[in-house]
Amino acid sequence: MTDTLMTLDGLTKAYPGVVANSDVSFEIGKGEVHALLGENGAGKSTLVKTIYGLVKPDSGTMTLEDTPFAPAEPRAARAAGIAMVFQHFSLFEALDVAENVALGMENPPPLRDLAQRIKEVSETYGLPLDPSRIVGDLSAGERQRVEIIRCLLQDPKVLIMDEPTSVLTPQEVEILFETLRKLKAEGTAILYISHKLEEIRSLCDNATILRLGQVVATCDPRQTSAREMAELMVGGTLHVPEREAKVDGDVLMQINGLNAKSPAEFGTSLKDITLEIRAGDVIGIGGVAGNGQDELLGALSGEITTAAGQIFFGGRDIGHLPPDARRTLGICAAPEERMGHAAAPDMSLTENAALTARKRKGLTKNGFLNWGKARGFAEEVIERFDVRTPGPGNAARSLSGGNLQKFVIGREILQDPQVLVVNQPTWGVDASAAAAIRQALLDLAAKGAAVIVISQDLDELMEISDSFAALNEGRLSKPRPARGLTVEEIGLMLGGAHDMEVAHVD
Amino acid sequence: MIALEKRPQPSAFWSYAAPLVAVILTMIFGAALFAALGKPPLEALSKIFWEPLFGEFSFFYLPQLLVKGAPLVAIALGLSLGFKAGIWNIGAEGQYIIGAICGAAVALAMYPSEARWLVFPAMLIAGAFGGFAWAMIPGILRVKFGTNEILVSLMLVYVAEQLLASMALGAMKNPEGMGFPGSRNMSQMDAATSWISQSNGMHWGVVIALIAVIFAYILFARHILGFQIKLAGQAPRAAAFSGVNPARLILFCLGTSGALAGIAGLTEVSGPAGIVSIDFNVGYGFTAIIVAFLGRLHPVGILLAGGLMALTYIGGDIAQSSLGLPGAAIQVFQGFLLFALLAVDVLTNYRVRLVQRGAA
Repeated sequence: MTDTLMTLDGLTKAYPGVVANSDVSFEIGKGEVHALLGENGAGKSTLVKTIYGLVKPDSGTMTLEDTPFAPAEPRAARAAGIAMVFQHFSLFEALDVAENVALGMENPPPLRDLAQRIKEVSETYGLPLDPSRIVGDLSAGERQRVEIIRCLLQDPKVLIMDEPTSVLTPQEVEILFETLRKLKAEGTAILYISHKLEEIRSLCDNATILRLGQVVATCDPRQTSAREMAELMVGGTLHVPEREAKVDGDVLMQINGLNAKSPAEFGTSLKDITLEIRAGDVIGIGGVAGNGQDELLGALSGEITTAAGQIFFGGRDIGHLPPDARRTLGICAAPEERMGHAAAPDMSLTENAALTARKRKGLTKNGFLNWGKARGFAEEVIERFDVRTPGPGNAARSLSGGNLQKFVIGREILQDPQVLVVNQPTWGVDASAAAAIRQALLDLAAKGAAVIVISQDLDELMEISDSFAALNEGRLSKPRPARGLTVEEIGLMLGGAHDMEVAHVD
Repeated sequence: MIALEKRPQPSAFWSYAAPLVAVILTMIFGAALFAALGKPPLEALSKIFWEPLFGEFSFFYLPQLLVKGAPLVAIALGLSLGFKAGIWNIGAEGQYIIGAICGAAVALAMYPSEARWLVFPAMLIAGAFGGFAWAMIPGILRVKFGTNEILVSLMLVYVAEQLLASMALGAMKNPEGMGFPGSRNMSQMDAATSWISQSNGMHWGVVIALIAVIFAYILFARHILGFQIKLAGQAPRAAAFSGVNPARLILFCLGTSGALAGIAGLTEVSGPAGIVSIDFNVGYGFTAIIVAFLGRLHPVGILLAGGLMALTYIGGDIAQSSLGLPGAAIQVFQGFLLFALLAVDVLTNYRVRLVQRGAA
């Protein structure tokens, strides 16, 4: 390997009640792509935040190019040559690309010069981007390029990327990898965080695996199988969901030429969506984030009401019905955003159980809530879905993301819906909990309910879906049987690479 | 360096202790303020907090406490509905005035009828409706056109004040008043007065405020509507997902707070105030905002806070007259109470940690 660029030695950081990092040490060489692996809560975020100056370690040291490195704040880390692309973009949708880049700089040059530099950098690295476009109009992949270019303008020595491919199509992933390989060839070190083990195998030179804040293994991902790495992450063997024999059920719900305007300013409106939902069917809907997923869930749950003649349930037109009335009929939903949408963060789990279950579980009588019954239902969800919490009196925000997700999905499944719509059911959930959630969705379908799974995780969709359709700019492709679809076919269904080209590596 | 760290759970201890600590901080601040003004600080504090309750003339001040506290509690309860849901009715003062005008209009139109069974209930309905209708203006504008209810409800206060002046000097002027501004005195009409027992400070406004406390308590503890109000305030998207209709919620919260303010105005004008006069309103509608937050938007808390606020009003008057404290100092004192509460409130959701600067 090449010379060492950065070393981490004995980094430890404890929060009240949890040790996020415990004695973490490893090295990153010049031009090395180093993977950081681990389940949610394994301490990856804390570690990169330490490097980026957002978190100060309790003990341990770092060196960068043989000099001690202890950034007090992100500005110091950036000045030293650390750049980071976050999983969630911090961009202003109403501003254009150059303005957004300027906002992240210490001393931005005049906008016209900056636009010129953005053009140069984007061409050098094969990331085409027009600096004068409004960010609100860009696809998720293009937004990520804004973030990457913002980093590249600093000439970083170490580039940190947190789950960069979760919002990209397979073709866009290829383009990103070409860019990263070019950076690597120039000597930039890349610290790459991802759950997607196949990606890591194709891209990374070294991998450090974290579990419960500790380094449990280091390996060469090109020599290690994805299954071995997954088992190192989880510390056990993986349970793969099983699919019961498929029954061709009756049509439960029918969507005929659904058009709905997005309530959000830069949202994607739904255009002419047609779909038939049968009992016992698991329909997987893939697509890159921001192509109408939230809107589709809203139109099905009743948060977005539609004109007559577009959505039928049991032969009845339900487009005008609000969420409560649809739940009464048997249509339940679990939105992607857990905090603040699927659940109220400051309310107790008992209150959050009443949030959606009051009709189907009979939690109200003449408008008066039966809190004892609500609490009982919350306890049932906690027990059946293995939600780790001291009890239903705890606030939703005190749960980790994965636990809250189990609670939210469990709350809907235990209402025994006829149609269940879920968006990103296992996003940010660790592997064993994700397997449990998928199994619960399959069990529900086996009992005769229809399940619509909207997800950006193609592996997940391939694993559990009977049929697959893709959302692209608010349009839904014709569903196809999931079995036998190839990655290329799926990529084309997802709308290709949004007019991008692969980087020219010279 | 001091850092704030978000608690995973809101602290149960601090949610009860915060108002007490705020009151204590206010007393310390008040003592310093009064000392700086050259007045004996402890004596001033005892005039404000002790004298009205346990002093020599408490038989006179205690009924005053009911009279001042009732409108504060009634208005603050109504406001708390909206505040919990993130709907900001700042114009309760205007709704209070319009309620008084509408109720008084019924009383004066029916004068000299002696049918109390008819006149007073009709006044109550008119007063409630007046406040309700005035609050519906910002409500409907917000629902239909997305206007800001803070601005609209606030500006309508000044419209209501002009209307009040016009009524006191014109349409409602006492024909036997020898040209002085102001209406006939309703507190002296047996059919129209809101007094139950003037010497004890009991009037219908007090009764209605207490009933409203009970209703509000049940609403928030057990009823789905109270749950939806809380939900809409804490997580609007989750509320929409749960099935709350935001427009209906806005109209309900504004309408209820308007009606309660209207009833408070009506019972005030037909009892303690007696007449529709230019200076009928004394700022209860604004002070009630402080009362609502001081009571943590909780019905029982509002009852206690209303009592405390009324106490500082009465005690402040005593301190003014006996120690010569300027009125503005009393207002600063009351203002600091809200300020201290909001500051201490941070501790409910955050804990303070001392962090060492520098060393990494």
